[in-house]
Amino acid sequence: MTAHLSLRGVTKKFRVRDRRTRRPAELTAVEGVDLDVAAGEFLVVVGPSGCGKSTLLDLFGGLTAPTSGRILVDGAPVTGPGLDRGMVFQQYALLPWRTAQGNVEFGLEATRVPRRERAGIAREFLDLVGLTGFEDRHPHELSGGMRQRVAIARSLAYDPGVLLMDEPFAALDAQTRESLQDELLRIWQRTGKTVVFVTHGIEEAVYLGGRVAVLTSRPGRVKRVVPIDLGARADVADLRSSPEFARHRHEIWTLLHDEVVRAQRLTGVSG
Amino acid sequence: MTVLLAVARRLSTVVVLLALWEAAPRLGLVDRTFLPPFSEVVAAWWELLVGGRLAGDVRASLTRSLSGFGLAVAIAVPSGLLIGWYRPLADLLNPLLELFRNTAALALLPVFVLLLGIGETSKVAIVCYACTWPILLNTISAVRDVDPTLLRLARSMDLPPHRLFRKVILPAAVPTVFTGIRIAGAVSILVLVAAEMVGAKAGLGFLVSSAQYNFAVPQMYAGIVTISIIGLVFNQALVALERRFTSWKASG
Ligand SMILES: Nc1ncnc2c1ncn2[C@@H]1O[C@H](COP(=O)(O)OP(=O)(O)OP(=O)(O)O)[C@@H](O)[C@H]1O
Ligand SMILES: [Mg+2]
Repeated sequence: MTAHLSLRGVTKKFRVRDRRTRRPAELTAVEGVDLDVAAGEFLVVVGPSGCGKSTLLDLFGGLTAPTSGRILVDGAPVTGPGLDRGMVFQQYALLPWRTAQGNVEFGLEATRVPRRERAGIAREFLDLVGLTGFEDRHPHELSGGMRQRVAIARSLAYDPGVLLMDEPFAALDAQTRESLQDELLRIWQRTGKTVVFVTHGIEEAVYLGGRVAVLTSRPGRVKRVVPIDLGARADVADLRSSPEFARHRHEIWTLLHDEVVRAQRLTGVSG
Repeated sequence: MTVLLAVARRLSTVVVLLALWEAAPRLGLVDRTFLPPFSEVVAAWWELLVGGRLAGDVRASLTRSLSGFGLAVAIAVPSGLLIGWYRPLADLLNPLLELFRNTAALALLPVFVLLLGIGETSKVAIVCYACTWPILLNTISAVRDVDPTLLRLARSMDLPPHRLFRKVILPAAVPTVFTGIRIAGAVSILVLVAAEMVGAKAGLGFLVSSAQYNFAVPQMYAGIVTISIIGLVFNQALVALERRFTSWKASG
């Protein structure tokens, strides 16, 4: 396995204003993070609220630069955003004036794909996410789940090697979320993308992840990376109620729980 | 048939108002010297129309307000886009914009007359001036208030600035810009009529004020009614245009 994405001792500090003294201060969002993501791997990142998960994705995506440390994609340092990494946001980020088709084409317009071929490719990817027949709908005419499908199709359309997903299903109801999880796994298996998926949900992490990276409370460090082995998925009717699933769930819950307690104690002292 | 009914229902309040207007002076509820029955106003309106005076005044007013309004759109939309786009420029200009926005345009009318005389130039200029602010301020905030997740998306796709502007910021700004344009449409007529009342030799504002001066009360009301009809039509036209440009917002 070759590392597709790597973080080497990555620290990110933000300049902020202290709430009480109003003097400029530094806030360390993530500190000394080492993380390797293999090509074609599905890595899930979990951690207490505000521990720097989104910051980590922004660093991978090149939307923000690290204060220290190195970020590598295929061994080359990241200098900024690029079409080799596609981001999927919790708020979908669809262009409301464009149809589903137009939104997917928006992804293609940034590439060298000739204009004539865009419509066909966009239809293909809408089909891949199960939205055939909804090409001409505008975002406000689609359900939350459908909107996120469009956003996923858009990211897939310009064919990045990496998908960076920041709590993409957090705003959806449980049923929609579960069906999108299955959908995503299916797409991941078919396309062989490297996925970094941030979530609050422990079950979601265990269900989706090949490995789950648990972060500490702020400043975020990698507490542990838990490999997930649920056996052969196809053989089990209800994977979420299998004993392996429960064991992994409990393991991650325990790791997280300690951090949440620690975070509360920290804020209790300072506030 | 149902369409006709719907229109009838929407117009019913107007019909009631006009009926009241007709009845009140006739029943002696108000002095008909100051408020003649609606039918007399219609008769006066018809006379003005047949005599050709109305057409001249309408043409004069429309030319002024549309030129001022058009100029304002041509000036304020591009400058608003520019100012909104360059944040430092917006921060620099903000106090100035606040000052102008809060200075009633009509208070500056004497200044315009002093500088540009009482001819067409000063009237077009004051309309243009008054229309500029709502369009400019709306356009600036339209650009600045573009959904930040869309900007993040564009950045994550490494979209160059000109594409970001054309494909994200411009279309996202359209609805708010149109709100400004619609406000400016109403302002253009309001300010023009006031300007024409102060000093003009033609135009609907002049028609109303000169009719009042000569105590031609039905003619005065005829002028007022014409102004409100023009305002209504102008607004409806702008609303229709807005719908066309923001059809993605409505269903369908
Ligand atoms: N641009 C910024 N400027 C200043 N502080 C920031 C900035 N972005 C993030 N932070 C701070 O860095 C810390 C980590 O933020 P981040 O959004 O990465 O956390 P998160 O784990 O994604 O949180 P959540 O679970 O709530 O989504 C937070 O304390 C946040 O307030
Ligand atoms: Mg986050």
